[in-house]
Amino acid sequence: MEDFIVAAVKTVIAFALLFTVVLLLVWIERRIVAFMQNRLGPTRAGPLGILQTLADGMKLLFKESMTPDRVEVWLYLAAPIMALVPAVLIFLVVPIGAPITIGGTEYTLQVTDLNVGVLYVLAMSSMAVYAIALAGWSSGSKYPLLGSVRSAAQMISYEAAMGLALVPVIMFNGTTSLAGIVEAQGATYFGFLPAWNIVLLPSFVVFVIAMFAETNRAPFDLVEAEQEIVGGFHTEYSGFRFALFFLAEYINLFNMSALTVVFFLGGWQGPVFGPTVLQWILPVIYFFAKTFAIVFLFIWVRGTLPRMRYDQLMGFGWKRLIPVSLAWIILAMIAVGIRRFGLPWA
Amino acid sequence: MPPGREPGDRTHGAAHRPLDLDRPTKWIDFRSRKPANGPGGYTERATLVRNQYFGDYTTVAVFLLSGALLVAAAIIVARIVAPRRPSRLKATPYESGIEPIGGGWNQSHIRYYVFALLFLVFDVEAIFIFPWAVSTDYFKSIGNGGLVFFEMFAFVLILILGLVYAIRKGVLRWE
Repeated sequence: MEDFIVAAVKTVIAFALLFTVVLLLVWIERRIVAFMQNRLGPTRAGPLGILQTLADGMKLLFKESMTPDRVEVWLYLAAPIMALVPAVLIFLVVPIGAPITIGGTEYTLQVTDLNVGVLYVLAMSSMAVYAIALAGWSSGSKYPLLGSVRSAAQMISYEAAMGLALVPVIMFNGTTSLAGIVEAQGATYFGFLPAWNIVLLPSFVVFVIAMFAETNRAPFDLVEAEQEIVGGFHTEYSGFRFALFFLAEYINLFNMSALTVVFFLGGWQGPVFGPTVLQWILPVIYFFAKTFAIVFLFIWVRGTLPRMRYDQLMGFGWKRLIPVSLAWIILAMIAVGIRRFGLPWA
Repeated sequence: MPPGREPGDRTHGAAHRPLDLDRPTKWIDFRSRKPANGPGGYTERATLVRNQYFGDYTTVAVFLLSGALLVAAAIIVARIVAPRRPSRLKATPYESGIEPIGGGWNQSHIRYYVFALLFLVFDVEAIFIFPWAVSTDYFKSIGNGGLVFFEMFAFVLILILGLVYAIRKGVLRWE
């Protein structure tokens, strides 16, 4: 029973956190992109325009959700839900802080720690393909279909690269649990350099690039290339159904940034000192600081780089990223073998 | 081969690392800085502590249900508060402002299909590598480290050959 209460409380907190973060994220992105383009961005709703996203969400809630007459109704209605739910589910395994002990019981700051965490994350991020492919196909219209076919091909291509990029991480840390991966990064080299997995630099680079493609962000936003295919897969969606896709996109953005931090930047690890309460709060602060640094990278790239052409996109994925990941896996195999066994064949 | 083990004995991952269930649970310190696979590391403690396999997935199910319910509730609220005035013009598929020509489902190019096949190969490959990556220590401990290492080496090499073949064959060209 106590377990159930803990799980319920964690679920509520996780949802609240996720949606608050997304509200902030949309505002942050709009502001930063605006500053990069020498504008101000939203400034009216709330202090500095911080409530703009909430206002937009309310507006979309009160807008008509049109259903065009050529849609496959059930799939059309299910697609936004299928986009949002897996996006939310990824957050389940992300540890946002060091475990805290209250009254002799230890609580992890993570909804649940699956021992197959990495596989779970990859599985959930694959689910996003279904939502986009079905949304585009069930709309019964040309632009969404083109967008969804493009998107499916793009996402599966970069998903393969992403999975391969994570193999050296798992080899180094010896576990697929996200809490375990973060914990294994708590050591230091020479007593002061944090032993984060970013030392696996090729993996990190491949993962970050694949992450841009997985979240359909610039420079890989061909899925919604306005000049070519209007809105892509969500052209025929309006009102709150469109808002759900939008929400899913930003939740994915946050999740992917958080996962980069967990896999490569040491998660919540960082110098901890002071009274117990401070020791609980500091790791959470480190985690969010690192995550928002990655989010800033996302926005920075969006504000700077032009969109890629489709043949460049596919060529880059299959002829650069995947061969590089495979070669790096072999190098990492040798390195791990030597580090752990002396010599791999010993 | 560790002492007390006959050749050909079939054991599971935990067998070489006897579980000491009498140890008090106080020693579980998740903040300890030990490599995951070492003694007292994450993996060992996880095997000991976490017999909550189904508990974990119950949480996943609860999370899934609450997510789906939340979305459903939002959609229902939107349905109640949003106006609904359907018209024939609104219901036409969007085609940049002109009357839609032909059906909505055009044919898409066969090239996409090749990528789906290749994806299957590489993603399944990753699934094979993951279990290997977490159990290198175990294979080492039963004296099979080198063999398993070279098996995976050969496996990855074969896949690289496959990718090279696909590139040379020209299926990844996009003109």
